[in-house]
Amino acid sequence: MATASATGSNGAAMRKAGDWARRAPLLPALIFVIAMTQLPFVATVVISFMNWNAYYPDERGFAGFDNYVSTFTDTNARSAVIVTIVLTTSVVLLSLLLGLGIALLLDRKFRGRSAVRTMMITPFLIVPVAAALLWKHALYNPEYGLFNGILTWIFGEGAPQPDWISDNPLLAIIVAIVWQWTPFMMLILLAGLQSRPLDVIEAARIDGASTWQIFTHMTLPHLRQYIELAGLLGAIYVVQNFDHVFTITSGGLGTANLPYYIYQTFYTAQDYGRASAAGVVVVIGTIIIATAALRTAFSLFKEESR
Amino acid sequence: MARRARSAVAWGVATGVALSLSACAGWGGGGIGGGGPNSINVLMVNNPQMVDLQRLTADNFTKETGITVNYTVLPENDVRDKISQEFTSQAGQYDVASLSNFEIPIYAKAGWIAPMDDFIAKDPEFDQEDILGPMTTSLSSEGKIYGQPFYGESSFLMYRKDILKAKGVTMPDRPTWPQVAEIAAKIDQAEPGMAGICLRGQPGWGQVFAPLTTVVNTYGGTWFEKDWTPKVNAPEFTEAVKFYVDLVRSHGERGAPQAGFTECLNNLTQGNAAMWYDATSAAGSLEADGSPVKGKLGYVAAPVLKTKSSGWLYAWSWSIQDASTKKDNAWKFISWASGKKYEQLVGEQLGWSKVPAGKRASTYENAEYLKVAGAFAGPTKEAIETADPENPGVQPRPAIGIQFVDIPEFPNLGTQVSQDVSAAIAGQTSVGDALDKGQQLAEDVAKRYQAKGK
Amino acid sequence: MSTTTRPQAPGSSATPGDRLAGRTFTHQKPPRSHMLLTVLAWVVGLLFVLPVLWMVLTSFHSETDAATNPPSVFAPLSLEGYQTFFEANPWPPLLNSLTAAVLSTTLVLVLAFPAAYALSIRPVKAWTDVLFFFLSTKMLPVVAGILPLYLFAQKAHLLDNIWWLIVLYTSMNLPIAIWMLRSFLAEVPVEMLEAAQVDGAGLARTLKDVIAPVVMPGIASAALICFIFSWNELLLARVLTSTVAATAPVFLTGFVTSQGLFLAKVCAASLVVSLPVLVAGFAAQDKLVQGLSMGAVK
Repeated sequence: MATASATGSNGAAMRKAGDWARRAPLLPALIFVIAMTQLPFVATVVISFMNWNAYYPDERGFAGFDNYVSTFTDTNARSAVIVTIVLTTSVVLLSLLLGLGIALLLDRKFRGRSAVRTMMITPFLIVPVAAALLWKHALYNPEYGLFNGILTWIFGEGAPQPDWISDNPLLAIIVAIVWQWTPFMMLILLAGLQSRPLDVIEAARIDGASTWQIFTHMTLPHLRQYIELAGLLGAIYVVQNFDHVFTITSGGLGTANLPYYIYQTFYTAQDYGRASAAGVVVVIGTIIIATAALRTAFSLFKEESR
Repeated sequence: MARRARSAVAWGVATGVALSLSACAGWGGGGIGGGGPNSINVLMVNNPQMVDLQRLTADNFTKETGITVNYTVLPENDVRDKISQEFTSQAGQYDVASLSNFEIPIYAKAGWIAPMDDFIAKDPEFDQEDILGPMTTSLSSEGKIYGQPFYGESSFLMYRKDILKAKGVTMPDRPTWPQVAEIAAKIDQAEPGMAGICLRGQPGWGQVFAPLTTVVNTYGGTWFEKDWTPKVNAPEFTEAVKFYVDLVRSHGERGAPQAGFTECLNNLTQGNAAMWYDATSAAGSLEADGSPVKGKLGYVAAPVLKTKSSGWLYAWSWSIQDASTKKDNAWKFISWASGKKYEQLVGEQLGWSKVPAGKRASTYENAEYLKVAGAFAGPTKEAIETADPENPGVQPRPAIGIQFVDIPEFPNLGTQVSQDVSAAIAGQTSVGDALDKGQQLAEDVAKRYQAKGK
Repeated sequence: MSTTTRPQAPGSSATPGDRLAGRTFTHQKPPRSHMLLTVLAWVVGLLFVLPVLWMVLTSFHSETDAATNPPSVFAPLSLEGYQTFFEANPWPPLLNSLTAAVLSTTLVLVLAFPAAYALSIRPVKAWTDVLFFFLSTKMLPVVAGILPLYLFAQKAHLLDNIWWLIVLYTSMNLPIAIWMLRSFLAEVPVEMLEAAQVDGAGLARTLKDVIAPVVMPGIASAALICFIFSWNELLLARVLTSTVAATAPVFLTGFVTSQGLFLAKVCAASLVVSLPVLVAGFAAQDKLVQGLSMGAVK
């Protein structure tokens, strides 16, 4: 905070010492993260240039860009990219919308409000693989799942008993993930709603503004940072989703997303080179998209420094 | 101040918890769980027979030998992935794993599992001769034995005797597939909602293609010829798949494109199907106490056309990892789990229908077992004994295997083609298109092997 | 919708103390729409929690009752599922998960606090770049980096060792913990810091008296989030552990079998394995809200 105002080498030395004093507390965490993430990443890059198939250990060798070429030409890889994009955007958008709606509902005072909030938080607190198992076997199963059971209850013997997962595999996964992430979005947006300056809003209302006008011109802009934060965090985690795809459809029926595709290339095809190349491509792609989003549309990182 | 005191207590508790957990983590080198130095680690699939094994180990095996067994039990898909990772890297985390006769020849050639001949020679009580011949063959490589079956199966045709009788239909002793199709047509809808036959249609190299490949074999088709020329869209393969798809579509069960083993088992148990061509191990569940169809089923050999037999061969087996440092103890475990005494133990303590059968000839001479399993024991044993994994079809094969081709690329290849076959069953594509795509995929695989001159 | 103007009820303007307590509009809505919205909120809440309630109910049914269609809500209660679960010796995996979660959370806090300090109170130059770097480390799918991690662990004899998991979980959760703590620390009033400096207070005093009160809720909520994410982690645990260090989620997947009924025991297992996270989340609901929002924004 206090900048050295002394002139000459004395001032420069002091400033340097000050800079290092500021950096010192950051170093342990920084070094740790670099060691634990960049080193494996470098190793992954190295492997991506190799021809390494575990079933044929004698054929290990340098492969140049072959693995990258196959990643881009493999239809399964391309489909995995599309599935990842569709899955992530649908989940984030749906849970943001739902979360916003429910946050608006919970922003009012009513009887049992904290009970409802507790109920809403619960899905987020179930272990993800447990939730995926719950949806696959206890809810979606066409023979003894809850959904078809409810249909039989209502419509009797001739009730439609759709095979939820086989008929709409990607949608089934999306719904299960949205169920878990809506509470997360809702909590962030609710806090945003509750931090609105009420007096200004009351003033606007007194001046005759309608609920809709207040919502679009005052509430939403205030919520913008919260929406960005919720969307960003949600996207980071949902892009990596593995448990649900693995459990609900085992990547079949066209629902293999990028993490699952990479996992399959590792474990079924045992092609380590190609799997690593796919991983590198994912990282580069995500960084490009994230940088673009964060530096342009998002206002999250634009703050005054101290 | 009260707040200060409270936060001090909180810090104290937190530190205490953290310290004691670190102690737990430090114990035994990195975690709780596991056993002492005289212990082995076993990685296995969580089928009911394995779960029974897990339950009986402490009071029997550990008591007799003093060797603790640490099990890791996972569902089939998960365990296959973990097994392949473990064995390809020879990590030495597990001493024994439940492999099948698909992995064992491949792993044996790669040197990832240990040969067992020395152990067998020193363990006459194990009685290798008692193990059914085809089982031993399919678990060997270049003359050495690399695995011991825990329970094995072939395939046969199961049918509702009462339904056939009511419709005045007799099942020949050695039916052919065209005969079976006729019978299915005659008994279709004998009772409301009862399909003539249940056949698997679910995508997967081990799902629809298990029975379907056996049909292909007996129709004179094959995945690859001896010189690795792929024959997926050859006339014989095509005829077989067309037959299968037509049969399922006209007289098969509802929801066939998603029907796997479990679905067909349910269908037969609940009277939604009158016949079923599938694994011999299904009979155990169908004839269990409390099954609505107990005693109503007849069992006959897998239908054929151009071959003498066509049942498949599959065995969940034990292998010892080559990197294991406890091979002697590992063998002791295998000898116990696949031994005659263990079958007796299960029969007495859990019931004779739960015995892991299909591997030993002596099981089929055991009077108590036959009392419970008499209806299907004979056909099961015959199915396994007549299976020929080296020559399952009308032409020589480049790799061992009846319902699969024993190469590492097969799961991927088989699963991809099976997805199109499933779609054909659902009516979304034609058999011809599905097999043309399959032929292309098979050609990619064949290139590697033809280049090697294997 | 027309609004009726009424005099505001006393004490309705927003005060700082209102921030964390639930506040509402004091503007009076017509009673019918209020009732409708209340009912809607209840319905939505019940719909969201219904799958969990169903899971709890199923876990107390016998296997055959659990697999019926239509669902047998009033079937006799049975502890069959729980029996099977506890007979399978779940304590080692549960303890392993607890160890990994608690120790990695502690390590995260120890590393994240000074780092957040260096990004907020006495920030380094280009702190936004540093923050973005931390966030970018979460963009490599874990599964792509698994091979180097596995091979290293194999060579270093760290396979099936809970400490390796602890280290990996720490690096997994550091970015978000740093981000959250930084936002909390950015709330420390500059005037008080400068006043403390003028008073000649050393670092320790400043930490204790000025910074701690503001950041304690942040530490608590960061700890909660890290605990939850570490407890839930499945992929690394399944790949890197075997018998000694297996964690609870891995143990849970072992109950799903392709032959035979398993719904009751899977529900029982899911409930027990999720229990610590549920309890932590319910008990510290407010911390969860704070951490996810006020902490992480601004």
